[in-house]
Amino acid sequence: MAQSTTLQSPAAAATHDAPRTGNWDGGNEPFKASYGKLMMWFFLLSDAFTFAAFLTTYGMIRHKHEVFTGEAKDFVFSTRWWPIPDHVFNAFPGMGEANVPLGFVALMTMILILSSVTMVLAVEAGHRMDKKDVQKWLLWTILFGSTFLLSQAWEWSHFIHGHAEPTIMADGTKLFGANLAMNQYGPVLFADLFFFITGFHGTHVFSGVCLLVWCFIATTNGTFEKRGHYEMIEKIGLYWHFVDLVWVFVFTFFYLV
Amino acid sequence: MSDLTPKPNFSASVQASGGVGSAPVPTTEHGDHLLHDDHDHEHHDQHWLWKYVFSQDHKQIAKQFLITGMFWAILGGTLSSLFRLQLGWPEGSMQWLTPFLGHWIQAGKLNPEFYLALVTMHGTIMVFFVLTAGLSGTFSNFLIPLQVGARDMASGFMNMLSYWFFFISSVIMFSSLFIETGPAAAGWTIYPPLSALPQAIPGSGMGMTLWLVSMVFFIVSQLLGGVNYVTTVINLRTRGMSMSKLPLTIWAFFLTAILGILSFPVLFSAALLLVFDRSFGTSFFLSDIYIAGQALSNQGGSPVLFQHLFWFLGHPEVYIVIMPAMGMVSEVLSTNARKPIFGYRAMIGSLIGISLLSFVVWAHHMFVTGMNPFLGSVFMFLTLIIAVPSGVKVFNWLATLWRGNIRFTAAMLFSIGFVSLFISGGLTGIILGNATLDIQMHNTYFVVAHFHLVMGSSAFFGLFAGVYHWFPKMFGRMMDEKLGYIHFWLTFAGVYLVFMPMHYVGIAGFPRRYYAWTGFDAFSQFADMNKFISIAAIIAFLGQFIFIFNFFYSIFRGRRATQNPWNSTTLEWTTPIEPGHGNWPGEIPAVYRWPYDYSKPGSDVDFIPQNVPLSQTQSSNLPYEQEMAD
Repeated sequence: MAQSTTLQSPAAAATHDAPRTGNWDGGNEPFKASYGKLMMWFFLLSDAFTFAAFLTTYGMIRHKHEVFTGEAKDFVFSTRWWPIPDHVFNAFPGMGEANVPLGFVALMTMILILSSVTMVLAVEAGHRMDKKDVQKWLLWTILFGSTFLLSQAWEWSHFIHGHAEPTIMADGTKLFGANLAMNQYGPVLFADLFFFITGFHGTHVFSGVCLLVWCFIATTNGTFEKRGHYEMIEKIGLYWHFVDLVWVFVFTFFYLV
Repeated sequence: MSDLTPKPNFSASVQASGGVGSAPVPTTEHGDHLLHDDHDHEHHDQHWLWKYVFSQDHKQIAKQFLITGMFWAILGGTLSSLFRLQLGWPEGSMQWLTPFLGHWIQAGKLNPEFYLALVTMHGTIMVFFVLTAGLSGTFSNFLIPLQVGARDMASGFMNMLSYWFFFISSVIMFSSLFIETGPAAAGWTIYPPLSALPQAIPGSGMGMTLWLVSMVFFIVSQLLGGVNYVTTVINLRTRGMSMSKLPLTIWAFFLTAILGILSFPVLFSAALLLVFDRSFGTSFFLSDIYIAGQALSNQGGSPVLFQHLFWFLGHPEVYIVIMPAMGMVSEVLSTNARKPIFGYRAMIGSLIGISLLSFVVWAHHMFVTGMNPFLGSVFMFLTLIIAVPSGVKVFNWLATLWRGNIRFTAAMLFSIGFVSLFISGGLTGIILGNATLDIQMHNTYFVVAHFHLVMGSSAFFGLFAGVYHWFPKMFGRMMDEKLGYIHFWLTFAGVYLVFMPMHYVGIAGFPRRYYAWTGFDAFSQFADMNKFISIAAIIAFLGQFIFIFNFFYSIFRGRRATQNPWNSTTLEWTTPIEPGHGNWPGEIPAVYRWPYDYSKPGSDVDFIPQNVPLSQTQSSNLPYEQEMAD
């Protein structure tokens, strides 16, 4: 193309007729969120699909198995039907063989939900740039998170060792507890799914606690203060709430229904 | 207000404002994006290791994806040539391949286990490593920041990680080719129980483990890349670049990234469950199995469950492969027809429609699994609806070409070739989408022919169109057009000569994944046809080396590119010929118009770049544009 007179430069023209400046017109953040926060949202969306796939797996496999149709009081463990959770998860630490259906897991859930509350308070303190408060609420969150993990460890250990009363198998062998190949509570997949899904969720909680510890260190040494904002805590907070929310679903599927 | 001066040179005007090389360190409009500020100041004299290897610059990362993808494409093509040799000459001697294949050639014959490994790896490599990572990894990275007007991706660091996770994944997958029991051999869809039981076939041992590990890294890479692409498009568009002024390439990459973010995690779940079945004794996908004289204790699992999970990824995956190609083809067709893309909003709408539908059709891959026929008909119905947005796109491409002032560049030829292949392959999709017809066609070469045309070859054509078109932006030089023509005609003829006969043998019932068919009288009559397909395939494959030569030769010896060699309207051509880190030496241009102002009535030039204000194009403004300019 022939070289000829050039147009007014766009930079100069910009003052003459400026581009539109609506919310979605570019040059700004349409969701009023930084790219980091958006990335966390999209990651969580992705992770939600991972969990959804696992819970769908749970649903489909459970649907394939028989349901115990008799009276609840007559229920016995058998590989023939899916167990009733009240009979599986009825132990409480320090209470021996007392029958406390879902008591311990209710406490665990309570603790995790509390940790969400303290997380919110940490984020809110971050908005106020209140370093002391951020530290305080982060510590509480870490404490509740760790307590949840320890409780889960106890729950798993009890699940693995089994009840005092063994289940007598068809061939007469006595079976205590559970592993990935067999268990005393019901079909083999009951334990497989329990270990896999609560384990996967526990891994998320563990990662969350690690991230929170890192946040605590970065808060303490003033990294966020220098940065001028505590957005990182907000992002980790999003993750933490997501993990809590997933637990609500896991809890519902494994313990309530 | 004065009218346009005759024959303006827009690109020159931009240069004048920017000043190639002379401009100071750029300041960014997005002040709060720390990354961009940090970068541009610090690393001007970078060590070569950070500049070329662990680069955080999106253009460099794009080239890394492209070169790695090309490596994989050559390997994937080589594997297909090997199994085409077996299919074309089932009785022939392969003794001469012993130096390359070692113990996989026994007594002059290709080992049947290895044949399965070949098709498995060909599929895996082509679908994931070439057409997912190589295609959208290259062009999403390269074009998103350049076309939306951003200095770089939202997070350059995560972008770098995305490539290196892909690299690790590649190394693992590549190493699986050399282990004693061979690579994975259960097909690229790795259905259990075959893939879950190491004792089933040699390929289900170590090779399968490496396959799964490699895919986990691959999925992480996709996720890191995907969140970056999406957030960059949302947050880093330049001033004036509203969503309805985005080039269709960006819309395609944007939706592709969303598909990846939502579908790959489900493959991740399936892979993880499969790992547990393989290594830790769980029974998620296993039940009632009697193998090698021994009953397995696994009870209650479901192999069909795996198929559901797999295809929940697997189906969106084919759109992850084809949509970037669609976007680039739209761009190239419009530029080289010197016409606005026909139905810009319909094109966006159909992309969105395809994206949504892609999540609700997965079970059409599973019509013969014994699923409820009612469910089958629901999936069939949804599947056939995809023909609507696909049809919208095809008609719009044709209408864009209609009475265009067409320039037959190599990129344009490949784009037209894309439309042709997409139509030919898409029509058979309507046949396969019918549950009743699919029962006949399932697992025959008809299916193979269908998807190789509609997503395999088409996506490759999109990839080639993209490389020919944006090569000048990547390397500052032009690719040789003559070699491009030869490459195009060889490939175009090759693809049709390979896959048209394949439809024919497929309808006759010729099954896929059979090592040898000579034992079946019914199929022996296709011996000549198979030989023909094999010869065509190998010639078409060899033809790709013309492209490889052209590519590398042009990087060093190609004709030097001008700033805007195709007289294109989009923002990437307003950068210097070889943009440095930060893309624009001066301020990032603002955007005033949509990306398809080609041959606008009233304008003296047949293209008006997006960064030219409406006030400077009084003679060609539409009434509403004039209102905005006043």
